[in-house]
Amino acid sequence: MKEILSGNEAIARGAYEAGCLVASAYPGTPSTEILENVINYKEINASWAPNEKVALEVAIGASFGGARALACMKHVGVNVAADPLFTASYTGVKGGLVLVAADDPEMHSSQNEQDSRNYAKFAKVPMLEPADSRECKEFTRLAFELSEQFDTPVMLRSCTRISHGKSVVELGERVSDLPAPKLVKDAPKLVMLPGNAKVRHPLVEERTVKLSEYGDTAAINRMELHSGEIGVICAGVTYQYVREALPEASVLKLGMVWPLPKNLIREFSTKVKQLFVIEELDPFIEEQVKAMGIACQGKGLTSLCGELSPGRIRDAFVKASIIEAAASEAVTVEPVPPRPPNMCPGCPHRGVFYQLNRANAYVTGDIGCYTLGFMPPLNAMDTCVCMGASISMGSGIVRALPPEEQKRVVAVIGDSTFLHTGINSLMEMAWNKAPATVVILDNRITAMTGRQENPASGFTLAGDETSEVNIPELCRVLGIKHVRVVDPYDLDATRLAIEEEMNRPEPSVIITNRPCCLIKGAGRFEKGKILEVDQGKCTGCKACLRIGCPAIEWKPNPDGNKGKAFIDPQLCTGCTVCQQLCKFNAIGGRK
Amino acid sequence: MDNAITNILLVGVGGQGILLASEILSEAFMLAGFDVKKSEIHGMSQRGGSVVSHVRFGKEVFSPVVPEGEGDILFGFELLETYRYLSLLKPGATVVANDYKIAPPSVLLGQAGYPQALPEKIKAKFPDFLLVDGQGLALQAGDVRAANTVMLGAVSKRLQIADAVWQQALEKMVPKRALEINLKAFAMGREL
Ligand code: SF4
Ligand code: SF4
Repeated sequence: MKEILSGNEAIARGAYEAGCLVASAYPGTPSTEILENVINYKEINASWAPNEKVALEVAIGASFGGARALACMKHVGVNVAADPLFTASYTGVKGGLVLVAADDPEMHSSQNEQDSRNYAKFAKVPMLEPADSRECKEFTRLAFELSEQFDTPVMLRSCTRISHGKSVVELGERVSDLPAPKLVKDAPKLVMLPGNAKVRHPLVEERTVKLSEYGDTAAINRMELHSGEIGVICAGVTYQYVREALPEASVLKLGMVWPLPKNLIREFSTKVKQLFVIEELDPFIEEQVKAMGIACQGKGLTSLCGELSPGRIRDAFVKASIIEAAASEAVTVEPVPPRPPNMCPGCPHRGVFYQLNRANAYVTGDIGCYTLGFMPPLNAMDTCVCMGASISMGSGIVRALPPEEQKRVVAVIGDSTFLHTGINSLMEMAWNKAPATVVILDNRITAMTGRQENPASGFTLAGDETSEVNIPELCRVLGIKHVRVVDPYDLDATRLAIEEEMNRPEPSVIITNRPCCLIKGAGRFEKGKILEVDQGKCTGCKACLRIGCPAIEWKPNPDGNKGKAFIDPQLCTGCTVCQQLCKFNAIGGRK
Repeated sequence: MDNAITNILLVGVGGQGILLASEILSEAFMLAGFDVKKSEIHGMSQRGGSVVSHVRFGKEVFSPVVPEGEGDILFGFELLETYRYLSLLKPGATVVANDYKIAPPSVLLGQAGYPQALPEKIKAKFPDFLLVDGQGLALQAGDVRAANTVMLGAVSKRLQIADAVWQQALEKMVPKRALEINLKAFAMGREL
């Protein structure tokens, strides 16, 4: 049967067909939907982990028990999981172990655009890179097989265009003849003390050589010979762009990007006059081809930054006078106002940022929807590096400041991010008595990636009810004496809490308690009474616009400068934050 | 060339149902026997930001994104966004746009105005332009949320795919309780 699947859906399908039994992940765009689809296959035990290191360790454990196991994350998640990854490379596997890393060239939804291929080389594990959804499914299946055949974790690299692109996939059956998991003691392989690890390291190096030889003849690496003039080595989505941009070129399409099939590359290089390597981000393949003594061109033509596209590749070849430009007339349009993303109407973070701005706080921020708090008109975030870093950076910066400046430092972090790696940071802050203030924006969900459950939300990936982390108690247990909970829709209470805690020369935590307005379901988010602006009372002072709610629109008066505010009843959630800002009582409930 | 690829772009504002519309389109192309690829960006841009979804079909499709300047049909869910992405089209392309405005942040804050006379400006560049009262027709069909399906109907007339295939795609992709209204909305769009 044929279906149109996204790359992520196809990876999930591939894991199912491969007989995978355990899957774990932390959500992160563009990888999130893999687990959300795996959970539909009842044969697989799938769950969210609090962070990527834990997700990979869950999968490693399952593999050691003999099960095929999957861990998924975005590129920056691999940084968090790097510790177990590098040693799992030494232990190897029992059941097949696959780590999916989804890169985000062009940073559509990420804080950097690192190239995960470097991790495969660094950790000395093979990496497969599919070029469409069909290959996502096939390569996932193959990754499990190679993992067992070569006794290694296998990385599968996707990117935003592959994960979120859709194409046609032929579905297959789930394999049924795998050995059942069981506990087998094997300390020399699974206990990585120096003595044992020293024995494993040479095996890891031999494995890379064998995998390179495998790649020379494996079907996933293939030559497509067309013209003898131009030859391009490429992989993943770049292969599709190259086929589109340079239909005449001969292509060496690599399905395994580490280790490289050296003999195959040599053979290909003799078949064309000019050899090119076209790849997104780093010159990963190019450097290795050059190190083999083979002349080629690569990053001289395309950028180290951002995504490629058929247009960018064609332009690069035209500019280098390798091909001729096609005659075309571009359509141009006048500039129009940009439309950046925005926090939703009724977002519980809005009032907090409004008050942090008014309190002249220096806000160390974190990764989540609330990172949008840096944008105007709230302008209330000063740093953002990686998950969990807001608290540790706040803890660090106060050490360098005079007392009156120390007071201004406030770290903001979401519930999911706090549980991801913020706990460690808060433990450090309490322990070392850093007098910073932390605001945990607890909206009861992992909102940024599309509302995934987390250990404090009370539900699992499957939607089953479960235990809930008590965040205030957890903060106390970590050693914070001053912990308070506020309603972020109550602007005065929020201001008071922020002012008091900022003035306290001790570590303190404020936790907000309103759910994300996108979570549905009983007992979760509930809309309030929709508000409207009384046009007779509105003086046009614009105070309500300062919170930047998308439901409030400024309409200029056609016959003068002064205008008035309007509330779109379709968008308003009735949070009342704007109402509290209007000194003229112009905002009230709709009749 | 007979096996040429058709490039469709769906543009609008995050939350407008662009993804579902592009899935229905892709499904219809697959059912009609074409190779299909589709691509869009999720995540941050979905929060009220500008969104563009690419759908390409033909005998064999490589890139999941439409090469710049090669769009054949632009399917706009919001006027300003329709205008913004005209540069992705090839000259002589078709534009079908919903006559609907959503103010971007700078307009909400009163710092900029919503550009005027956009339909006229679009028509001047792309004479094959159809402006659809998506919201109005969807209300007639029974639910303002079916505006996307009205638009889909209007676009469907420009694609050589049988009625029955569209029907099958809608049945597969639209939730059961909304199906009847959406089939009606689709038919209304197709008559435009
Ligand atoms: S009450 Fe005011 S701030 Fe809250 S959602 Fe409605 S318009 Fe926006
Ligand atoms: S704060 Fe009140 S008076 Fe001022 S613009 Fe808003 S609604 Fe009008």
